[in-house]
Amino acid sequence: MTTTDPNLTSEHDGAVASTAGGTGTRGTRIIGIATIVAMGWLVAFGLGFSPEDRDQREAVRLLYVHVPTIWIAYLAFTVTAIGSGMYLFRKSLGWDRLAGASAEIGTVFVAVTLVVGALWGRLTWGVFWQWDARLTTTALLFVTYIGYLAVRRLDGTHEQRARRSAVIGLIAVLEIPLVHWSVRLWRSLHQEATVLGTDADVSMDGLMLFSLFVGVIAFSLLYLWLVMHRTRGMFLEDYLDDRGLDVALAARRAEAAAASVPAPPVGQRPEGTN
Amino acid sequence: MEDAGFIIGSYVLTFATVGLLGWRYLRSGRKLADRVPDEEKYWL
Repeated sequence: MTTTDPNLTSEHDGAVASTAGGTGTRGTRIIGIATIVAMGWLVAFGLGFSPEDRDQREAVRLLYVHVPTIWIAYLAFTVTAIGSGMYLFRKSLGWDRLAGASAEIGTVFVAVTLVVGALWGRLTWGVFWQWDARLTTTALLFVTYIGYLAVRRLDGTHEQRARRSAVIGLIAVLEIPLVHWSVRLWRSLHQEATVLGTDADVSMDGLMLFSLFVGVIAFSLLYLWLVMHRTRGMFLEDYLDDRGLDVALAARRAEAAAASVPAPPVGQRPEGTN
Repeated sequence: MEDAGFIIGSYVLTFATVGLLGWRYLRSGRKLADRVPDEEKYWL
């Protein structure tokens, strides 16, 4: 939901002008710097230090981006479901904004997963896309959350938005196990989970596993930084929406009050106005 | 490195996408925050 009145500024509504800029704090700045450092490490390990794989050769380097982005997308959609449930339980719009912000970021991460996965598929399988169970369910997950974000933009009050999207957020999260287990439920071209499989044995080279770990840390920090900024941005949008409505209502009440003032008696009218 | 275009392209695409998203959040946050008094910002 965007702000309704572009002319609504702190001067117009009589509020004190803002002195602090943006949605950043010391905490977000620290997380932002840590994210940049971690991303640098990801590039160094992903493109440099990690050895090539016996079967996938150099294409394994794509997995240090592909796997963390989908894991963080799972996390983001789980946070959306938790925020949705908490909104229905507590009726606090803060939970709704957390759910919406997390879904936005998760959707972008799924898009990155799909594109990088297509490039990995081209190198490994020889094709960009196959209507394989894992790829199809991931595409379905992406479309579902596009729908969730579209529902958030429907007309209505903030409470209506929160209620509608909370229901969808709680249902949509059920797709995550379907995506994760799709490689076991159906015959799939996509490889099974190497790290988050059913057995505890992780059959990966130590440096490869460490590179993957760096990727997970980097994208987790990025998610945290993004969700903090976006949740605050959504709060500002909602605040300005409410203030815009207040200003419009006050103007309408003033008009109504002016129209209800009785006309002066005939004898008191100015001369020449019969 | 074989297939360097695909691999480096993937990293560039990923960082460009998330960088653009972060920049958009920062920019819209700054614009909106200018119109809201500081005492209403719960994070300050």
